[in-house]
Amino acid sequence: MDSVLQALRGAFGLMLSADRALVEIVWLSLEVSLSAVVFATLLGLPLGAAIAIGRFPGRRAIVVLLNALMGLPPVVVGLFVYLMLSRAGPLGALGLLFTPPAMVIAQSILILPIIAALCRQAVEDAWIEYEEQLRSLGAHGPGAALTLVWDIRFSLLTAILAGLGRASAEVGAVMIVGGNIDGVTRVMTTTIALETSKGDLPLALSLGIVLIALVIALNAVAQVVKDAAQRRYG
Amino acid sequence: MEMIRQGLLVLAAGMVMLPVHAQQRYITVASTTSTEQSGLFKHLLPIFENKTGIRVRVVALGTGQALDMGKRGDADVVFVHARPLEEKFVAAGFGVKRFEVMYNDFVLIGPKSDPAKVAGGKDVLQAFREVKAAQAPFVSRGDKSGTHFAELEIWKMAGVDIAQDKGPWYRDTGQGMGPALNSAAGMNAYILADRGTWLAFKNRADLAIVVAGDTRLFNQYGVMLVNPARHPSVKREMGQAFIDWLLSAEGQRAIAEYKIGGEQLFFPNAR
Repeated sequence: MDSVLQALRGAFGLMLSADRALVEIVWLSLEVSLSAVVFATLLGLPLGAAIAIGRFPGRRAIVVLLNALMGLPPVVVGLFVYLMLSRAGPLGALGLLFTPPAMVIAQSILILPIIAALCRQAVEDAWIEYEEQLRSLGAHGPGAALTLVWDIRFSLLTAILAGLGRASAEVGAVMIVGGNIDGVTRVMTTTIALETSKGDLPLALSLGIVLIALVIALNAVAQVVKDAAQRRYG
Repeated sequence: MEMIRQGLLVLAAGMVMLPVHAQQRYITVASTTSTEQSGLFKHLLPIFENKTGIRVRVVALGTGQALDMGKRGDADVVFVHARPLEEKFVAAGFGVKRFEVMYNDFVLIGPKSDPAKVAGGKDVLQAFREVKAAQAPFVSRGDKSGTHFAELEIWKMAGVDIAQDKGPWYRDTGQGMGPALNSAAGMNAYILADRGTWLAFKNRADLAIVVAGDTRLFNQYGVMLVNPARHPSVKREMGQAFIDWLLSAEGQRAIAEYKIGGEQLFFPNAR
């Protein structure tokens, strides 16, 4: 218990000190994870909505697959992206390995199924409720899907936040494709892993508390924005 | 809607900024956790970077993995510690030439209660045999790192076929040096570690050095440029500049100057 109190005190110390190296690490973590959320949202929402409304052979199998992929192991995604981006791999010429964009790619792949699967469920539920209404208005196919996504946009925030949670919490993928290079690809989770390796457990736990505080703050901001938007447009 | 659009614009701007980090002159060095986690690079690199303007990006892995990174062309320079593996790497044409840079030594770490009664000994082979005889918990890296490789060599020299003779007391953790030390601290186990990582390690719990000073615990570090003939992406000039600096009088002096608690961690021995 003493060590937890010590870590809490350490976390406050870290946040108050606004140490430059730490600020850069926090900033990179945000840049990488938020970029991944944007990409995965841009791909995942249309994908989820299409599967929700589309009627095609193999649809049930795809739903099962998509749900299962929510549990993609980060280390496997990292390894896959590593082999693709390695100089000896098919995309090696891009020289992206051990750069922040490589980390964005890995995290986007990791959270795409989460956002798509949760969006699929939400749109499907809404579709059951509003299908007749939409059909009577002459909406079908992509038009109907878009209308539904727009209608339930505030509920979809949870799907996006689930993706953000996963992205900001994972260490396995960014460690492999980023390489945890000091000042270049070192993010919060890889820093925590490194300090644990060095046996500095109180500092590692302090950094963990800072990370959790950051994720809570992001979620609070999302909630405030959502409430404001809902009051105005809902 | 306007708010969402503005938010997206800000994020897009953020993404455009991402590749900016990549514009500097830099090389990528695949090295071992011992050089990174002992703090050696934090001491060395600023000196080299100020002098040459070349940034050095270190990816710290086990020796086996670091050599693999070189084989794939993902590093410009490999800086590791397992001579036979390094010589194989160069002989196969993956590296240009191997240079010896510095050495330190391995130490046998163990619980202060010392169930195998090996503390204070100088003969590491005897100590390993006694740990096995006592069936005392022993943590192995098991990750094809330089330290793991050295541990397997010591078992072999001690006349123990560890692949055959290991029991539940021998715990193959497949972890880096630091995490393996954390495991050993938790289990009160014996473990072979490099002295640098041990000196910098903070979660020692009840562990201490029990055997050190045996010549067989010698730990040589070597550096190699990844072969540009095999991987054209290798930054030959900048990579060679880093190697030349490490071997220069100035680089060797910088290595010798690095100390933790007044104790020197690495001993330069370039020829």
